[in-house]
Amino acid sequence: MATKVIYEKSRGLKDNPLTYCPGCSHGTIHKLVAESLVELDVLERTIAVAPVGCSVLAYNYFNCDGIQAAHGRAPAVATGIKRVCPDKIVFAYQGDGDLASIGTAEIIHAAHRGENFTVIFVNNAIYGMTGGQMAPTTLINQKTTTSPYGRFEETTGKPLLVSEMLATIPGAAYIERVSVHDHAHILKAKRAIKKAFKYQVEGKGFCMVEVLAACPIGWNVSPVDSMKFVRDQMMPYYPLGVYKDKEGVQ
Amino acid sequence: MNKRVLMKGNEVIAEAAIQAGCKAFFGYPITPQNEIPEYMSAHIERRNGIFVQAESEVAAINMCYGAAATGARVMTGSSSPGMALKQEGISYMSGADLPVLMVNVSRCGPGLGGILPAQGDYFMATRGGGNGDYRTPVFAPAYIQECSDLVFHSFDIAEKYRTPVMILLDGMLGQMMEPVEIRPTPPIEADKSWVADGNTDKRPPNIVNSLSLLGDVLEQQNLKRFEKYAEIERTECMVENTVKDGDEIAVVAYGVPARIVQNAIEELSAEGIRAGLIRPITLWPFPYDVFKSLPASVKYILVAELSMGQMVEDVKLGVNGKYPVHFYGRCGGMVFDPSEIADKVREIIKGGAQ
Repeated sequence: MATKVIYEKSRGLKDNPLTYCPGCSHGTIHKLVAESLVELDVLERTIAVAPVGCSVLAYNYFNCDGIQAAHGRAPAVATGIKRVCPDKIVFAYQGDGDLASIGTAEIIHAAHRGENFTVIFVNNAIYGMTGGQMAPTTLINQKTTTSPYGRFEETTGKPLLVSEMLATIPGAAYIERVSVHDHAHILKAKRAIKKAFKYQVEGKGFCMVEVLAACPIGWNVSPVDSMKFVRDQMMPYYPLGVYKDKEGVQ
Repeated sequence: MNKRVLMKGNEVIAEAAIQAGCKAFFGYPITPQNEIPEYMSAHIERRNGIFVQAESEVAAINMCYGAAATGARVMTGSSSPGMALKQEGISYMSGADLPVLMVNVSRCGPGLGGILPAQGDYFMATRGGGNGDYRTPVFAPAYIQECSDLVFHSFDIAEKYRTPVMILLDGMLGQMMEPVEIRPTPPIEADKSWVADGNTDKRPPNIVNSLSLLGDVLEQQNLKRFEKYAEIERTECMVENTVKDGDEIAVVAYGVPARIVQNAIEELSAEGIRAGLIRPITLWPFPYDVFKSLPASVKYILVAELSMGQMVEDVKLGVNGKYPVHFYGRCGGMVFDPSEIADKVREIIKGGAQ
């Protein structure tokens, strides 16, 4: 009897088993990136940059060339790659500790120069790989291993709004914040990620998609509750939407 | 063909790099190396290369990392405090086996220090300021002609062994002018099968990486890298040795200070004191063996540096107790005269204080 394939793993991903924690959003986001690269027919000319953080092992999962970068330096590494290989598709896949803390200079200046590559910014409001420490993106009153009594605004400021900040930079072509906490939002996130790669193919300049993501292990909640946390706690502070679209401003 | 021209050291390094096929330069302004990025910004893009003024030294070295990972010939330049910032990138490039040329036109320190010439970066260059077990080949030119020649050689060494390589000079050499003939040599044909340049329609994906979470795997990777370092030590050591039979003392110095020592040796020769010069051109690998085969007439070693004494430790390792090792140094940007070196030699030979 003939079988009809209605779903299969993207060939943009290798067959290696994912080492991310149960309930982690990285697997979903990897899938969206991989599918976008395949659908745009650029996978074979793509170079992925994975800096320090949970996603440092991304080169084991994306089925394209991969370059591991130092903590926070992915936008600088991607700049070096893209400048000498302008016809290749280059993306940096960064977490919030990486991009919003140790790598703020690199991300701001990559946007400032209008570097023509794509950044996938996974914001789960915590340092996941090191065991759940406070990040610049940690919510007020959120408990982490380095804010055991909750994050205090008086001493640690308010969570950093990266998309809003980068949208003020003229060199940024496209900035959107999305979420992957439910199916409808995953579909919207896919559209944003694909658009961020399409813009790179068209040479439009710096594109970043911030993805609100769950870290149930780091947050010490169940996977189901972690999705509710994204929806009920993160989304009110981190509003979804397009913060910059050069195409939208004629 | 290039003619013999009068050029500044920093500009010679930049021009030689372009002629050596440097595809991209990533840098950040810092005195006294600014003529390198300035020259690059004016010339490299017109000759099909890339110039990026990075937001920081840290970003510049990581741009080098990314570009080198695609197989391109790349370079950065800086000076002492800037090189300190690049140490993270140097360690990562060593761990990922990436060929990059780094030029340190050094100044005096520590801290912000000053912009006058000094040799206080010897430890940082040869021991590394970055984390982990690695070595960096370091070339120390004393002449502007040598600056040019070593640029071609350094790129080849970097690619042959897949390692970051440093040219270490001081602001004196970077800023002064001398006649030079840029003499290009064809780049070596290095293995590029490892590069991650986005061509996976032709081959399986390549990974450029320094992460290795399994102890036994990382140990093997490090052992393999140290086989490479051992090969560099065996075959790539460079030294100028003018010590002859009859010389009583060998004076060790590198870079421009070696030329000052040479003047002192000539001054001493006029009064019958015979001295020879040992000038390491590679600081790592250090020419330890030169101290094993000195003429029997040699009784003393003097090390002269523009620092409080850094290379002197390598000299002592090479000498291994065979000779008394004396030291004369100036620091803070002060440069010794030939007469100071000559006085020190007279004092040693008279049996004065060490």
